Parts: sequence; structure tokens; C-alpha cells
Amino acid sequence: MTDLTKLTLKGALDGLKARDFSSEEITRAFLSNIEAANPTLNAYVEVTADKALDMARASDARLAKGEGGALEGAPLGIKDLFCTDGVQTTAGSNMLKGFVPPYESTVTANLWRDGAVMLGKLNMDEFAMGSSNETSAFGPVVNPWKSKTSNADLTPGGSSGGSASAVAGELCLAATASDTGGSIRQPAAFTGTVGIKPTYGRASRFGMVAFASSLDQAGPITKTVEDAAIFLRSMCSFDPKDSTSLDVETPDWTQALGKGVKGLRIGIPSEYVVDGMPAEQMELWEQGKTWLREAGAEIVDISLPHTKYALPTYYIIAPAEASSNLARYDGMRFGHRAEGAKSLTDLYETSRAEGFGKEVQRRLTIGAYVLSAGFYDAYYVKALKVRRRIAQDFDAVWDRVDAILTPSTPSAAFALGDKQIDPVTMYLNDVFTVTANLAGLPGISVPAGVDSGGLPLGLQVIGKALDEATVFQVADALEQAAGFVAKPEKWW
Amino acid sequence: MAIDAATVRKVAHLARIKTPEDRLEVLAGELNGILAWIEQLDEVDIEGVEPMTSNVSQPLRLRDDVVTDGAKVGAVLSNAPKSADGFFVVPKVVE
Repeated sequence: MTDLTKLTLKGALDGLKARDFSSEEITRAFLSNIEAANPTLNAYVEVTADKALDMARASDARLAKGEGGALEGAPLGIKDLFCTDGVQTTAGSNMLKGFVPPYESTVTANLWRDGAVMLGKLNMDEFAMGSSNETSAFGPVVNPWKSKTSNADLTPGGSSGGSASAVAGELCLAATASDTGGSIRQPAAFTGTVGIKPTYGRASRFGMVAFASSLDQAGPITKTVEDAAIFLRSMCSFDPKDSTSLDVETPDWTQALGKGVKGLRIGIPSEYVVDGMPAEQMELWEQGKTWLREAGAEIVDISLPHTKYALPTYYIIAPAEASSNLARYDGMRFGHRAEGAKSLTDLYETSRAEGFGKEVQRRLTIGAYVLSAGFYDAYYVKALKVRRRIAQDFDAVWDRVDAILTPSTPSAAFALGDKQIDPVTMYLNDVFTVTANLAGLPGISVPAGVDSGGLPLGLQVIGKALDEATVFQVADALEQAAGFVAKPEKWW
Repeated sequence: MAIDAATVRKVAHLARIKTPEDRLEVLAGELNGILAWIEQLDEVDIEGVEPMTSNVSQPLRLRDDVVTDGAKVGAVLSNAPKSADGFFVVPKVVE
């Protein structure tokens, strides 16, 4: 019998519908992979085996009657920042260890409505603050990929490192993830998977543990562009419980696939280059242009002049919003409470010092600083103004281009421990992805090649607000042209 | 605008994070590194630019002023570090 865990989401859904195999069978196959791999890869922080099998059997009953939703019977992994009713949700933090939500996030509720099966909760950087999964209170996730030239354990990226590692390592068909500055697209690029962040407001933030509310957006990590189109549609919905949710229809994005890119105008921003970027990443970008040109697209050189200011802008706005959002963790109503405090203030301060890890503390301190009296205008308001400049850069090119092609990351996956020397080095990982968050635009990372060590590299497609269809159309063309089929060699 | 240990102490208190004295200098160094990098924003011409607080252009929705949810005391208290008789129990705050 074929290995069911190697199927794409689309392949599995077709097989389930045709009753070639049952949801229980494919669910058991994934649970067995997880049991064998998780002690090494550390992708799951909690495996919900009993719940998965119950959900799978319920799906099988529906499928037997010829019923079932868009994801019926498909076993998925859920990033541990989506609240799941009755299942511990920690956001990778000691602050929330033992926290069991009495309600379900809208995104996951949509998945269960469509018949998906939950395998468990996936590891992540603490409160999604990190680019390597090393800030997790559960320890780093390990990338299933290894370089041909070294045996070192590599990062799967972050913050959705567990999601990316689980998809690449065949520990789920696909996974939910979230992206505040690149946390879907950078891990996807590091693991040879596809990751899309939709337009801000497409997916509800209700029940997602908040990091930076004006930037946070949910999306999937999958094996193929088609899988991403199917999965994203289930995740998105208008939700009155999220004040920034967009009251728009969620289209069937699979309709955008297979159309080719003939006549599309693809922008190439001259600013998407950084010092020390490996030649292979530059060559892959050139190759991407060639593929699209050969497929009939028009390549247009463009300028997004404020690109270099996007990361410093982000590192004011995101910590500022985080310092406000994370003020809720006071040890009173839920979350960690310190013992033996001498006063109320001492209780707050000790609970938070014990509950939050170093990177979270660092960002909350920056956030409090840039919002404090005397510095609010100099940092926070200025960053909001530069943010508008960055958004205007995009507005200014949409009359000339239909989508933008960039590298996803400055490099391939790096070794765990490599970039912990100073925070800014780590922050630079998101240099090509963060602009889409600041401007609220959809962006996808597609695996398109490998570096000299055989590690995957990604190309990013950024589109207009609410125009995921064109993003998928271009991503599909890149996927077809790249024919990326490399898989990590199983060593775990 | 270099940050010293005293500023870190003050900001850590604003953030309500207990920070041991021997960590203040280390944190000051890290924050100065980050802020020095952020200072490149001074190069940007922001004259007359409106601050961008959201990338959703629609106005915030209003809902009808009616009760939509509630009466879930058990659920609300289910993750409390301490609770009794339908209330959160917190340490004594008034001497």
C-alpha cells in the first residue's frame, strides 16, 4: 500500500472521497509518523491522538453517506496560538502552560466545520516572536532538511517552525500558521513548503493569541500551491467577532490555477537585495523572472524605495502593539501566577518575569519604551508615518504591475544557535516578507530551487489587497516551471 | 538617545517585568543596539504624512447594543490561578 502520509492535501481529499482509504487509516499513519519523529523534530507540543481518531471516525461516517465538507477527513496540524476548545493552547510560552481555552478560534472552527481532523498543536516561537523557533518554551523545532555539507541541526524558521517542520516531515497533510512579519513565508521557504499570508482581514483573528494586532494574519503551510488554495479558503471568513475582519466573499482560489501568466505584468523591485545575500538566491530570482517571461508574462522593473525602512518600522510597531496586547498576562485571571509576592506590583512583575522568556521580555521592554512619555512621537508616531510611506510605495506601482516577484528570504535555513549573537541579525530574516504585513498585502512563498548544500530556497509573490487569485496564479506558474520535487532525506 | 541602566529599570517597571540589577546593563546594551538600528528612520521624509494605524480602509463596524454572549462564569473562571464562589481570588491588595 502507498504511504498515505506522502500524499498532498488534494490527493488525500480525492482518495478519501473515492473511499480508497479511510480517514482513520490516514490519521493513524500520521500519528505513527509523529510518534517516531517528534522526539527528534519537536514539531508538536501536544498530540491529540484520541481526539484525532474520534474526528476521523466521524468523518468516515459522513464520507460513507456521501456527505462531507471541503476538508473532510484530512488530518491537519494546528499552530499552538489558535485557541482550541478543551485542548491546551500555550503560544509556546511558560506563561500559558496549562491554559485550556473554553472556546474555539474562528479559523479552527471553520476547519472542523469543513470536516478536518486535528492531530495536535504545533510548536512555535514564544508568542510568535522569533524567526528560528528558538524562543519557544518547549525548545527549538528541528528542520527535516540537512545540508549536504554539514550534519548540524537546522532551524525550520519561525515563528511557525512547528507547522513548517511538520508539513515537510510528513507529520500532517498541511498546517495552520500565522504571519506577523514573515512567520508563515520564511519557515515555508526554509522547509521546501508553500506558505501564504492572505490580505489582512481575510482570516479572523478571533481566538488567535495576539502578538501585534494590526499585522497578525493567519494562513496555511502546505505541500503545494493547490493545497494552499484549498486550505486557505476554509480558513477565511467574515467574522463579526473580529473588528478588522473584512466583510467580503471568500473566492474559490483553485479557479486561478492552471491559467498561466500570459499577459500578466510582474514587478521586480530593485530594493529586494541585501549585503551578503548568497549568489544562489540571486540566481534563483533571475531564474524566476525567466520562467515567468517564458510563460508569457511581462517583466517590469519597479522601485519600492522605502523597503529598507520596513524592518526598523516593524520593530517599533510590533513591540508597541505587543506591549499593549500582552498586558493582559498579569497573573490574575489566567496564565502563570508567581508565588510569594510581597505586593500587587511585585506579583505582576514576578509573574511576568517568570512567565515570559528573554525575547518576549526584550520586545515588551522596547514596546514600553517607544510608547512612553517623551518618546511616543519620536518613535511610535514616526513609525506609523513611515508605515504609510511603505504602503504608498506599493500603491504607486499597482497601475503598472499585477504582482511582484521577490526572494522569500535572504538565505536558506541556518543552523540552530547560529544567529543568536545579537537580536538585529535575527530580525534581518524577515527583510523581504515584512513589507507585505505593514501594507496588509497577500504574499506567498513557493519552493523554487536549492542551494549548493541542497537546501530549499523560496520565491515570494506579493499581490494587491484581496487579489490572492493573481498571487495563486503566479505561484502556480512558478511551481510548474520549477518542478520542485526535492524532499528531505529521512534521518530522524 | 542612549539608554542607561536607570532607564532600563524604569521601562522594565512600566512593562511590569521584574529585572534583576545585574541584567540592567546587558539589556541596556541590547536595547541601544536595536534603537541605533531603528534610528535610520530619521532619513525618511515624513512631512505631512498621516500616521497609518490600520491597513483596513473600512470604518469600524458598529453592532446593535444588545447582549450577545455571557452567563459563562464557569468558563471564565476555568483557567484562574485561584477562584472561589464564582469569583477570582487575588492576593490582598489593600493593607
